[in-house]
Amino acid sequence: MAEKTLAELAAGLRARQYSSVELTQAYLARIEQAQPALNALITVTAESALAAAAVADQRLAAGTAGPLTGVPIIHKDIFCTAGVRTTCASNMLSNFISPYDATVVSRLKDAGTVMLGKANMDEFAMGSSNETSFFGPVHNPWDAKVVPGGSSGGSAAAVAARLAPLATATDTGGSIRQPAALCGVTGIKPTYGRVSRYGMIAYASSLDQGGVITVSAEDAAMTLQVMAGFDPRDSTSADVPVPDYVAELATPMKGLRIGVLKEFFGEGLAPEVEGLVREALATWQRLGATVKEVSLPNLPLSVPTYYVVAPAECSSNLARFDGVRFGHRCENPKDLMDLYKRSRAEGFGPEVKRRIMTGTYVLSAGYYDAYYLKAQRVRALINEDFRRAFAEVDLLLGPTTPTVAFGLGEKISDPITMYLNDIYTIGANLAGLPALSIPCGFAGGLPVGVQLIGPHFAEGRLLAAAHSYQRETDWHLQAPQAWAQDFNPGTKAGAK
Amino acid sequence: MSLSPKQIESIAHLARLELKAEEIPVYAESLSRIFGLVGELERAQTAHVEPMAHPLEDQVQRLRADAPTSINQRDLYQRNASQVEDGLYLVPKVIE
Repeated sequence: MAEKTLAELAAGLRARQYSSVELTQAYLARIEQAQPALNALITVTAESALAAAAVADQRLAAGTAGPLTGVPIIHKDIFCTAGVRTTCASNMLSNFISPYDATVVSRLKDAGTVMLGKANMDEFAMGSSNETSFFGPVHNPWDAKVVPGGSSGGSAAAVAARLAPLATATDTGGSIRQPAALCGVTGIKPTYGRVSRYGMIAYASSLDQGGVITVSAEDAAMTLQVMAGFDPRDSTSADVPVPDYVAELATPMKGLRIGVLKEFFGEGLAPEVEGLVREALATWQRLGATVKEVSLPNLPLSVPTYYVVAPAECSSNLARFDGVRFGHRCENPKDLMDLYKRSRAEGFGPEVKRRIMTGTYVLSAGYYDAYYLKAQRVRALINEDFRRAFAEVDLLLGPTTPTVAFGLGEKISDPITMYLNDIYTIGANLAGLPALSIPCGFAGGLPVGVQLIGPHFAEGRLLAAAHSYQRETDWHLQAPQAWAQDFNPGTKAGAK
Repeated sequence: MSLSPKQIESIAHLARLELKAEEIPVYAESLSRIFGLVGELERAQTAHVEPMAHPLEDQVQRLRADAPTSINQRDLYQRNASQVEDGLYLVPKVIE
């Protein structure tokens, strides 16, 4: 039963095999059991979850339920949830009770999902290992000694350990896809502007995008169907109609043109990861896709470009935390400057400070042109590389990460090594492209992900390709035995 | 490139971050290494390239009618503030 996908659970709810309350109780019991070892959640909202589940059961009984009604969900703690603590995994917001819901949260709430709690993450989404969280690191359910990836490490670990069938996540430089790959789950970062950023605590506004982590591509399609769409409260929300992602899953692979990203198969890629990604490629070829190698010569400059653009936007966005209106405030400030400086020094962790200072420097007088404008010009070159590639192919394929999950504590002391872990994921953010990662095998007992990148608003095409692959393989249904066994919602055995 | 402790102090001041003395060399070292990485951008030929400000080229920032769209919820919002009085946020005295 541990393999149950969102689609299967939703069908079980409709068939009244179990109620939403029973399902919610089963997942809450699993969370309680797993929390000491995995630390995947910052806040558990058991009481409100059971109340929401009871309402969902009424809707299911009355026949007014939608496809997601009654399905338990975990929200990344970057999404504001009205009346519920929203910390962004920072001491700065450790007591912040959001006065409103993010659009992503309200859309999923309206669809009848049941929030179980808030997922752990890297502080302010700045990190690739979930080790920068003020609330402690998340452990990878496949091996507690390795990282789950980040920044959406709690979301990925929770879905991998089947603590919820789905979890929301955000991706600024790979923060959905990298943890999805390292935890062996499916994660999609939609096109920039596809999902509203309203109520999603800002890190780098021209890169941030909300998405979802699920077991399968079908589950991701069902969820994105609800999450995506125009929101007047987000000034960069795309006013583009949302297609029927679920219907699009049936698109045949015959004639699909896949471009293999030459720059993603060079130095630094672990041979066992490359082997599994190439096996995945062969599966799509068997299904009728055609393959050609594509070169994006400016793509290797993604990481340096990102580490100018993202910190610049971060330093500006995080200027709002001043110790006055909300967030941490220091004791006994002697003057206003002291209030600002000490509140921020005590509220932010070292990686957040590092990025704020990097951004402050690149935006400071005399350096703006040399760093920020230069990076925005290189970003345009990378964007142009992608545009040219998509004139020749329908999708681009490569590994999601250079290696499987690394050890806790292994890279945290060296920011550059940590930053280079996102070498394959940052490009899609710089160009605002949709991209996903799906499991394609195991190396040394740890999951490996294959990444697909599409042109703007081609989420349906990406999900269809992922779904076709997942009908041929069962990597996505593998769950870590330590956490996922004996799961029978609605029975006493499941709640143990 | 390498940033001096004095530069780090100046950046931290601009960023409104109080740094402990022992933190300054740590940030000097890591920021210097970050700017070493960023230095790779110099090899890109960008003389005639327009800087990219938005990932979706044809998108323009929307305007909305200048009309109120939300209700006053000051009390709700001020629940997250450490110090408020009579609906006002309190800060240390600015004018002597």
